[in-house]
Amino acid sequence: MAKTILVFAECRDGKLRRVALEALGAARLLAGGDGEVHAVLAGSGAVSGEADALAVRGADVVHVADDSALQSYAPEAYLAAIGAAIDAVQPDALLLGHTAAGRDLAPRLAAKYNAGHIADVTAIDGAGDDAVFTRPLYAGKALERRSFAAAAAAANTGGPSVITIRPNNLPPAEAIDGGRQGTVQPLPFTVPALYTAVRSLVRRTGGQLDLAEADVVVSGGRGVRSAAGFEPLQALAGVLGGAIGASRGACDAGYCGYALQIGQTGKVVTPQLYIACGISGAIQHLAGMSQSRVIVAINKDPDAPIFGVADYGVVGDLFEVVPLLTAELQRTLASPEA
Amino acid sequence: MLNIAVLLKQTFDTEEKIVVTPDGSISSGEAKLVINPYDEYALEEALRQRELHGGKVYVITSGPEKAEEALRTALAMGADEAVRLESEGSTLLAGGDSHTIAAALAEILRPLAPDLVLAGLFAVDSGSGSVALQVAERLSLPHASAAVKLDIAGAEGAAASGAIPAGAKTAERFAIVERDVEGDTETVAIPLPALVTAQQGLNEPRYPSLPGIMKAKKKPLVRVNPADFGNEWLTAAAARTVRTALFPPEPRAAGKRLPGSPAEQAAALTQLLQTAVKLG
Repeated sequence: MAKTILVFAECRDGKLRRVALEALGAARLLAGGDGEVHAVLAGSGAVSGEADALAVRGADVVHVADDSALQSYAPEAYLAAIGAAIDAVQPDALLLGHTAAGRDLAPRLAAKYNAGHIADVTAIDGAGDDAVFTRPLYAGKALERRSFAAAAAAANTGGPSVITIRPNNLPPAEAIDGGRQGTVQPLPFTVPALYTAVRSLVRRTGGQLDLAEADVVVSGGRGVRSAAGFEPLQALAGVLGGAIGASRGACDAGYCGYALQIGQTGKVVTPQLYIACGISGAIQHLAGMSQSRVIVAINKDPDAPIFGVADYGVVGDLFEVVPLLTAELQRTLASPEA
Repeated sequence: MLNIAVLLKQTFDTEEKIVVTPDGSISSGEAKLVINPYDEYALEEALRQRELHGGKVYVITSGPEKAEEALRTALAMGADEAVRLESEGSTLLAGGDSHTIAAALAEILRPLAPDLVLAGLFAVDSGSGSVALQVAERLSLPHASAAVKLDIAGAEGAAASGAIPAGAKTAERFAIVERDVEGDTETVAIPLPALVTAQQGLNEPRYPSLPGIMKAKKKPLVRVNPADFGNEWLTAAAARTVRTALFPPEPRAAGKRLPGSPAEQAAALTQLLQTAVKLG
């Protein structure tokens, strides 16, 4: 029953991503009480400083791969580091975030080790061999439960089952009571001759949170009417510490880039608060956001389908309502006692 | 010459409602089926690259007979040849396990030895985004995912525009890929042969022309049955994961509408959000 689980503790700009702690929390559950949890940190320089955060939250061993080849993202360098950890630890399962990097690495690792991959997991029930993974289909229009095949386990394919978890859905690992702390050790690995040359990285997001990880998403549709129409939404997102999203309508109309698109094409988001401004609520958009915890819709059309999923509906002009809401929230958040 | 293989999947149109039947399957009914939108970007890119460099475009799918409609559409858009991996009657492929499907697609790709494999970033139905990259690993191909721009350059051209990867000094051609990384844009150079997955924004897919539709009827469409790969393969390709349940999401009830003037609505909403969500 006891299992050994390895977590890829993904960093961004040298800092642990929250999804890394969510993966660690899931790993502890999957490992069971007497199982072992290992984490692999990969990067250059700064990441070593994040090892303790993992060690106090339930990683029994943190393996630190620190090499200049991990400075920028060449998949083969990261595959080599994680592969070295897999070979050293021989885990039953490998957990990664379903992020740009996790989605990129997990399938290759699964194939390399002849193992299965269950992707974009939003809930886990049970532990050990009985673990069942819930994941959305059609961006959430349906859900499936999937588990690793007993036949594969029996055949002892050798490699770890690979699981990628969707950010923002599983509880992050908390510090363990009683100050239990895992060990931190360097991970020896051979850097392969790189075949990927990273030539540039242009930051378009201003370092803000990825949409998938944001607690608050303020999203605009055709109703914003122009690229400039996103400005009041940005002000509202700024006050709430949120990220900006968009409907396909707004992207197709050229008001913003496709990177912001939320829906069955585009991104699926599950924030604490989703504020839809000038979005009618096409089926393919609803699939991408209707699992958000609290949904607010602001739209001129009282019959817009978005109101069918909104906890709070405001029938009105977003250009009137959004600035008023921004000002009101700013006032309230500045003086919480008021 | 640039021979390109495109992996594609037939999916429900994203405007379709999904109905889960009481026995736990998806009702296909009269639903409109399309080429997975991300695969359509991959196909369009393949056609454009062929127009620039010459060569052939192969389209490959795993699916039931109905999926040949998607292949015919791809041929009508301009692909040269199609291959369907027959999933009907195969409990192996019908299970939808990415390990099995990747193993089968790799078998089909190996003899074609394409210079470039293009696929969508993910399929809008299963949403895993796993099969294409598993194929890359099986064929030992470098990959770049979530491309929003793709250029194929010779060694000289690639060197003129930036660094050549140390492990690819002898490569003759490179894919220069601008890729979307959670909203940021990263430019990478990888040697061919390689696999690239398509992100939204890569291009604007064309519609099939009437002459294209006529020509498509005469283009080769080959069917491959996984049983042809032999017993040893079938054992190795056994599904690694199984679906144990399929169910609809909890329905979401409409909440309340906030009355009053815009200022009153804003004030009421602020109050409600303070209790409903931890703000700040």
